Amino acid sequence: MKTIKLGLVTIIAAMGMISCSSDGDDSPKNDVNPLAEFNLVANIEANGHSLELYSEGKTGFNTGYNELFVRIKNNADDTYYTNPEITWLPVMHMMSMNHSCPISELSISDDYDTVATGYIVFQMPGNTDEFWDITFTYEVEGQEFSVTETIDVTAPSDGKQTVTSFMGSDDVRYVLAMVEPTDPEVAVNDIKAMLFKMESMMSFPIVENYTIALDPRMPSMGNHSSPNNEDLTYDAVTKAYNGKLSLTMTGYWKLNLKLLNSTGEVLKGEDITDENEASSLYFELEF
Amino acid sequence: MNIIKCVHKVCTILMETSRPIYIWVLLLGIFIFPINIGAQELVLPKDSIITINLDEVILISARKTLDYHRQPKPLSTLDEYLESSKKVDMVKRGAYAWEPTLNNMFSERLSVTIDGMRIFGACTDKMDPVTSYVDVSNLSQAHIASGQQGTEHGNTIGGTINLELDRGNFKETGLYGGVETGFESNNQMSVVGAELNYSNSNFYVDTDIIYRKAENYFAGGDEEVEFSQFEKYNFSANGGYKIAEDQALTASLIYDEARDVGYPALTMDVSLARAIIASVGFEQDALWGSLSNWKSKLYFNKVTHVMDDTKRPDVPIHMDMPGWSDTYGFYSQAALQAKKHQFLFKVDGYYNKSLAEMTMYPNDPNELPMFMLTWPDVRTANGGVYAEDELDLKGSFLKIATRMTVQNQNVADEFGLNSLKIFYPEMEKSKTRFLKSISGQWHKMWMPWHFNAGLSYGDRAPSVTEGYGFYLFNSFDNHDYIGDPGLVNEKSMEANTKISWEKSKLKLSGEANFFHIADYIIGEIDPSLSVMTIGAEGVKIYKNLEYANLFNTSLDLEYAILPELTWSGLISYHRGTDNNGDNIPFISPFSYRSGLQFDNRSFSAALRITGAGKQVNYNPEFGEDQTQAYTVCSLTFGKTFKFNNDSMYAKFGVENIFDENYSTYTDWKNIPRMGRNFFLTLSYSIN
Repeated sequence: MKTIKLGLVTIIAAMGMISCSSDGDDSPKNDVNPLAEFNLVANIEANGHSLELYSEGKTGFNTGYNELFVRIKNNADDTYYTNPEITWLPVMHMMSMNHSCPISELSISDDYDTVATGYIVFQMPGNTDEFWDITFTYEVEGQEFSVTETIDVTAPSDGKQTVTSFMGSDDVRYVLAMVEPTDPEVAVNDIKAMLFKMESMMSFPIVENYTIALDPRMPSMGNHSSPNNEDLTYDAVTKAYNGKLSLTMTGYWKLNLKLLNSTGEVLKGEDITDENEASSLYFELEF
Repeated sequence: MNIIKCVHKVCTILMETSRPIYIWVLLLGIFIFPINIGAQELVLPKDSIITINLDEVILISARKTLDYHRQPKPLSTLDEYLESSKKVDMVKRGAYAWEPTLNNMFSERLSVTIDGMRIFGACTDKMDPVTSYVDVSNLSQAHIASGQQGTEHGNTIGGTINLELDRGNFKETGLYGGVETGFESNNQMSVVGAELNYSNSNFYVDTDIIYRKAENYFAGGDEEVEFSQFEKYNFSANGGYKIAEDQALTASLIYDEARDVGYPALTMDVSLARAIIASVGFEQDALWGSLSNWKSKLYFNKVTHVMDDTKRPDVPIHMDMPGWSDTYGFYSQAALQAKKHQFLFKVDGYYNKSLAEMTMYPNDPNELPMFMLTWPDVRTANGGVYAEDELDLKGSFLKIATRMTVQNQNVADEFGLNSLKIFYPEMEKSKTRFLKSISGQWHKMWMPWHFNAGLSYGDRAPSVTEGYGFYLFNSFDNHDYIGDPGLVNEKSMEANTKISWEKSKLKLSGEANFFHIADYIIGEIDPSLSVMTIGAEGVKIYKNLEYANLFNTSLDLEYAILPELTWSGLISYHRGTDNNGDNIPFISPFSYRSGLQFDNRSFSAALRITGAGKQVNYNPEFGEDQTQAYTVCSLTFGKTFKFNNDSMYAKFGVENIFDENYSTYTDWKNIPRMGRNFFLTLSYSIN
């Protein structure tokens, strides 16, 4: 009997402790580092502030879709500004011209008011003569600041194409980037891509209501394809194109694509046939 | 000339010690020879053919009965023994590991067991039928039961092949042993075997070892069949101990390993095929007063199979395809005798894990290997009860048997489950099926006439390949196959009959069976799917056909011209069609065999002719083409020599005397069969 009583007491005490610790949720958000699990890809020091850029999986800037997390530290007291208003503009400085790339706005994340998130789609890497920089314009404590920093954009280490910039048959230049899958599996994967139109050198608005036809192939397996793929269609909520990608085995896959406008007219890409083994519009992945 | 060559070859084998396997054989041989062995009491096994069942028993071990003269070719492979059955045909993909078919049905419709133990091959391409993991040295006989008459050992449609282990069984035979060697000229096959046994009324132990090695064989006209070599060895031990007058413990172990096995009809060979088969048993004469012959067994077996294409030139892509199949099982059975009834009750169960994978290496070394699970770690749990009653109805017998089984299959590997969900997004991880069988078999005698008739119903669950296979390449019809976990059970309604007339000199019997198989499982082309295997024509998905009908009939004749001289003949006809009247693949054409046998106990000679007519009913959709008619002849001579207590038996023969280049309907991709072949076997037994 004694041991049972002792056990009960212990359990009740333990429960009390658990409920106590759960009260700790009210503590200020900034006490925990919300980006502890992320990689710091750039730290820009200017105006007595540090602009920290984080990525979830990557260790640097790569061509293709880059989801980034930005926060601003006040170097004077090592605190992070809450709800900073930030805009960004990446620019590629080429030999003959400058241009930007598709970006989102930087918006404060739902979970942490010190962190702003957004994405940049770099459509090309930098090289010895040509480089990317990003200009951040931000307002903290009622004052506007600006800083420009050169960044190093490289092709992904596996060299696989996840972004493509091309001229459609409608004489419009498009940028198409694969967002998911980031971790493909032998299964039916969700595939997500974003499509932008190059309106000017500096403006890349999202293109809505087109269709991206999908035909995944394995060139090393006699162009084997998989069943039950679904073409990517536009989702107004995420402003992205979503579809289904079946991968029957690991290895190198070429995702042959065809871009169709809202009236079903093919703007880029070809069907895969015995004669034509690949489309001119494609993504690649290897796992 | 050939004999000299043979003897020479045998000597070289014994002298060659560079291979570790030889050393084992030699050691055992040396171990056996000097032993002085006591007198042996000969115990001839009583004829185990049950009168009611239309079963067939193939005697494999003649060693203990000194019945060599009844064997057409001692030390031949188990496959050759099985092929001598009237109902069994062997599918050949090379010189090794033939796949038995019964009533023109393949492995998935049969239940092949070793002493009642369930065991499943680990190869997705059927390169390792269960029969390839035992050798003749392990076995006393093969018991072949057609259709639902074979459900004692598991649910089946086509029938059962139960391979019975050779064991001392508490006979007062003392210590005895033997060595055997054989050589075949055509493929330079050499066989060496040895056995050592001890048995008395309280204790027995049997051990044997056998080693075979063969080079490529030559088809008729000296055509070399490349990649038809093989090498294998097999070791087995089994024993029993009486713990009381009416109780005994038994145990058995088989270790079987084949290496460097060529499969000329396939695109891949095998670098390793290994099985460990073990069991412990308990036997008691009586149970709860009225039950008798209570036998229980716990067993496990572990099969590893590794395919290899590194020796093949010009493969489009190199790949590794290992497979594993582990089975754990039990059974317990007891008999009950009550006046006119003779009951047998049995409960059994097994748990099998089947896993197979494929890794392909792209020709571009910078690309990552391509990996898939071809059997997604399917766990099959199966439990059943079986009951039979043999009724004596004054002048006739009736046997009624039934089996009820519950089977659950569970895809244990998440990777594999996700792979299959590409095809079947709604599929469940686990699926349970109920299987049942009921059969009635009647035997009436009006001497010298016998009449047998049977009616039965039974079903089976889809095999792992049919339910869960993932891009399994079938080189016969050049298609990739994908399983369907949603297949329904295949159901068979079966009728059989046999009329025989038996007098001392003349035996004549006619036999027929008919299977109406509803929801017949077969691959169907899905044109929307893209092939995986480079060079394949298309992809097939296993489907339930509405039904298929199979019909087999045969006429059997035996006439004793003299007491020592017998003539026998057999002709058979088979037909298989689906619900559209299309031909089912792998159905035998009209076939025949005839033999003249002389036997006076010390000397025997036999002339045999086997053949088949031109295949009329075949199905090109399954890769079949018309198989031409053929006739082959063989001639054998056997002689027993006595040395004091010991005896030596020599058998010499020539097969395919006229070196005919032929293939049969079961030869995968028409690979030709062996041409003229001389063989010599020598068995020396020490008593």
